[in-house]
Formats: sequence, C-alpha cells, structure tokens
Amino acid sequence: MTYRSMCLTLLFMIIGCSSGVAEQVGEAGISPANTVWMLVATALVLLMTPALALFYGGLVRSKNALNTMMMSFIALSVAGVLWPLIGYSVAFGKGNAFVGDLSMAFLNGVGLEPKGAIPHLLFFAFQGTFAIITLALISGAVVERMRFATYLIFIAIWSVVVYAPVTHWVWGGGWIAEMGALDFAGGAVVHINAGAAAVVAALMLGTRRDYGRQALLPHNVPFVLLGAGILWFGWFGFNGGSALAADSVAVLAFVNTMLAPAGTVLVWTLLDMVRIGKTTAVGVATAIVVGLVAITPAAGFISPGFAIVLGALAAAPSYSALLWRARTRLDDSLDVFAAHGVGGITGALLTGVFAEEAVNGIADGLFFGNVEQFFVQAISVIAVFMYSALLTFLILKGLSLAMPLRVASKDEGIGLDIVNHGEEAYTSGEGALLLLDDEAPGVIINQTNREIDSGSKLPVDTTTG
Amino acid sequence: MRLIKAIIRPDRLNDVLKALYGKEVRGLTVSRVQGHGGEMETVETYRGTTVKMELTEKVMLDIGVSEPFVEPTVEAILEAGRTGDVGDGKIFVFPVERIYRIRTGEEDKAAVTPVK
Repeated sequence: MTYRSMCLTLLFMIIGCSSGVAEQVGEAGISPANTVWMLVATALVLLMTPALALFYGGLVRSKNALNTMMMSFIALSVAGVLWPLIGYSVAFGKGNAFVGDLSMAFLNGVGLEPKGAIPHLLFFAFQGTFAIITLALISGAVVERMRFATYLIFIAIWSVVVYAPVTHWVWGGGWIAEMGALDFAGGAVVHINAGAAAVVAALMLGTRRDYGRQALLPHNVPFVLLGAGILWFGWFGFNGGSALAADSVAVLAFVNTMLAPAGTVLVWTLLDMVRIGKTTAVGVATAIVVGLVAITPAAGFISPGFAIVLGALAAAPSYSALLWRARTRLDDSLDVFAAHGVGGITGALLTGVFAEEAVNGIADGLFFGNVEQFFVQAISVIAVFMYSALLTFLILKGLSLAMPLRVASKDEGIGLDIVNHGEEAYTSGEGALLLLDDEAPGVIINQTNREIDSGSKLPVDTTTG
Repeated sequence: MRLIKAIIRPDRLNDVLKALYGKEVRGLTVSRVQGHGGEMETVETYRGTTVKMELTEKVMLDIGVSEPFVEPTVEAILEAGRTGDVGDGKIFVFPVERIYRIRTGEEDKAAVTPVK
C-alpha cells in the first residue's frame, strides 16, 4: 500500500463519505506499482504465444506453415474462453488438495477486489496467459499431420482436465504446494506438463507419413530465430511477473531470465562445435528456449550466479534428448519433450539444488544443505508428468473412437494449409481465378473436372457439399 | 539419345530421385513449375476474397539419357511418382540431336554416361 493511497483512504474515512467506504477499503489493498507491472507482464506473456507460432512455424515445411502457426494462435481463443468459464475456478477455487471447486466459474466473485496487492481480475488474466501458452506448446508434437478440428477439441478438454488441476496442485493450494515444492513460474505446471502431453500425443498420432524416409526440414530459420527472440522478451513477464509484485523478487527473476539462457546458448554452441564443427542457428534458437524453460521454476529462488550455472547445466540433457529422439520412431516433431519436458525436469530438479534462503527467504536446496527439497522437487516432477501423460492418453483414446486424429495420408502430401484452412502461406496468386458471389463455395465448380476426378477428395468437396 | 521430361508431384520428388539413383540414372535437372493437368482446382479464401487456384505446384525433371537408359528411367518415374489420383503428372520422351559435355567436350553417348 502506498503512502498516497493510505492518505486518501484516511481522508475519506475522516470526511465520512458513506457511500464510498467499501470501495475505498478495496482500493486500499491494491498497490498501483504492482498493478502496473502485472499489467505489462500479462501483455508480455500473451505475446509469447504468437512468438511460439513463429518459432514452430519456421520449423515446419512451407506447406504446413499456416496450420502450425494456427495451432498456437487458436489457443489464444480456446483458453481465452474456457479459462474464465471454468478453468480458472478449477485451478484457483478452494476445493480440495487435488482440484479446485466451481465457486469462481463464469468469473463469479472475480472482480477488482485485491488478490495479494493487485486486483483479482488482473491475477486471473495473468494466469490465463499461462494456460494459453501451455496448450500451444503441445502442438509442436503433432504438427504436419493432426486434424485441426480434433486438435481444437483435444486442447479444449486438456485445458480443463489437465492444465487446471495441475495448476491447482502447484499454485492453487493443492497437495504439491502443501508439500513445499518450489515452482516459481511454471516449470512443472507449464513445461513438464506440456512435455509429457507431447510425448503421449506424438505416440498416439504416429509418425508423419514421410518421417524417417525423407528429411523434413525447417522452411524458414529466420522465423525460428525471431520467434525465440520474442519468446525471450515475453519470458521477462512470465518469470518476472510470477513475483506478482513490482518488488525485489521480480527483479531477481527478471535478471535470472536474462542470464540463464546465455549460459545454455554458450554450452549448446560448444556441443555443436564438438559434434559437427559448426554452430547452428536452429541450435541457438532451441538453446534459448531450453535455457528459459530451465530457469522458469528457479527464477525467484536462486542467485544470478547460479542462474548461469543452471542454464549451462540444462544444455546437455536436452541436447542429448534431441539427438536420441531423432533416431527413434517417436515423431515429437518439434521436440517439445526434449526442450520443455527435459528442460523443465532439469530446471525443477536444479531448483531443489540451488535454491537459497538467503536470496529470498523461502527455502534452501541441496547445495545449501537441504537434501529434502531435492526429493520434494523430484516427487512433484514425477506426479505432474504421470498425470499429464495418463490423462492425455485417455483424452486422445476417447477422441479416436469418435473421429480421426489425423488427416488422410494423401492430404499430408498436399499440406495441411490447403486441406484444413483453404489458404497458403506463400502464394503468388498466379493462376488464381477470382470467384464472384454467384459462383462462390456452395456452387459446383468446373463440372468437367469434377466428373474426371469424381473419386478424388480435394478440399473443394467440402466447400461444395 | 533421348531427353526425358517428367512433370510430377512435389511430394513424390524424393521417392522418384531415390528410384532413379537406384537405376544408376544420375544426371538430371529439377525445376519448380506450375501447371494444370485436369486435376480438380482447390478453392482458397482470403477474407472476403474467394479464389479458385487453377495452377498446381509441380516439379519438372529433365533427364538426358542414352538408349539403354530410356526404359529404366521411365519405369522408375512411373513407379515412384504414382499415387493413383488425377494430378500425378506426365512423362515426355524426345529424340535428341546432339549432346555435349561442357567440361570435356565429349559428345553424345559419352556425354551422358556417368563418370566412373
């Protein structure tokens, strides 16, 4: 509470402004400084999802660029609608140790009253941006083959039955929070959670048609670098904002977010040098993300020196996971597991090693004599991973009984941009005939060709019925 | 000597190349082209604009071969390029008057025989 708002409150109370008393008391609990920072942080985290779209979009083939980016962008809407309707309440409602209740469904009772030192509605919005990006992260495991409609239903269900309960465990007063596990900004909630879902989803869908037979190369590496850069920028809100205040812990998390990926990139490029004699751009982009993921659970608990060490240590596990994965039949296409799963696990465990009570007064880790913290971290990692994996399996199994999970093999050849969206990322417009209103979709186009090709199922069928 | 010109689906290119290499056909030129071959158009929508894409992305292969290689080359492309749907493409075989290898000045059959 600031001096100024205290004075104002006192003034109003002295004057006895009867109608405004309740409201004034509410305002009084809110810090303008914290509110400003959290407004900015929320916008920063929201920007991470379009950034992820660029990162993922650049890594796929050009015929699937829009589909891949849409999988991230549509999460803005899916979680954007479901989070206020039900997700937020399941995550932060009182409930029991495992799941929140529905007392705050439809934003019931979520208004401008203080939650901590910021308006409750702002806390809700900040948390909502985390739900959005977690859904988008999973898409990296299923790109270039998953049917878009099935993906939509999958992430909608997943956001409520996986994301929200796990958030409740860790941040909503659930059992992992009770146990004392440290997860500053979502190493378990966001990254291990999405990483586990990614492995299972990739296994359930099967490999891309051409996986293992052809080289499936990134079509735009500058996109990948730009995406990684904007992710880093947004991550200052992700980690810095997780202090939920404009205070010294926010500064610590902010600085650690700057330093840790630097350590990861350094080691990653050295590993690249040793292995292939060259430093790769896709490698640097990946290392930035791995470093950011790894520092996420630790950001507000460790000193900046150890942040660089943590970032450096996080490189090798993810680097090896990437190399191993590419030699298997596990087509986790954009390596969500290696980057977010392995990176998240490394970060969560190292949080239990480098946490320092002297830094922010919460807890010591293994390195400072508190062995128990390390095991508490390990339990939280295993629990989140297992729950996410199991539920992802059940959701996809259920969906597979009702609808195809992936597009037809032939449509994979054409590319999902045309098949699922009726657009192309890079079209010259050559040979495109403008359809006027009376011949727009709904009217059969080019009768002769339809007869020749009556057996084919190109997308025009869906628009002409 | 023949010039074999094949127009195929872009996503069959890797398989076709593999099949050609398998038959020892190593000299070829690949170009990205757009064309129309009787397959159904796709309809795309950009905001209020609906368009019919008349031209489809294809890949064109130009392969100069000596007589004994004509059949194997055509077979390889037929097998590896086929999906069974309209739009798989065409193969044209032309007679060729003369061929030179620029590096050595070799002519005709010698010019298209792979260097060992």
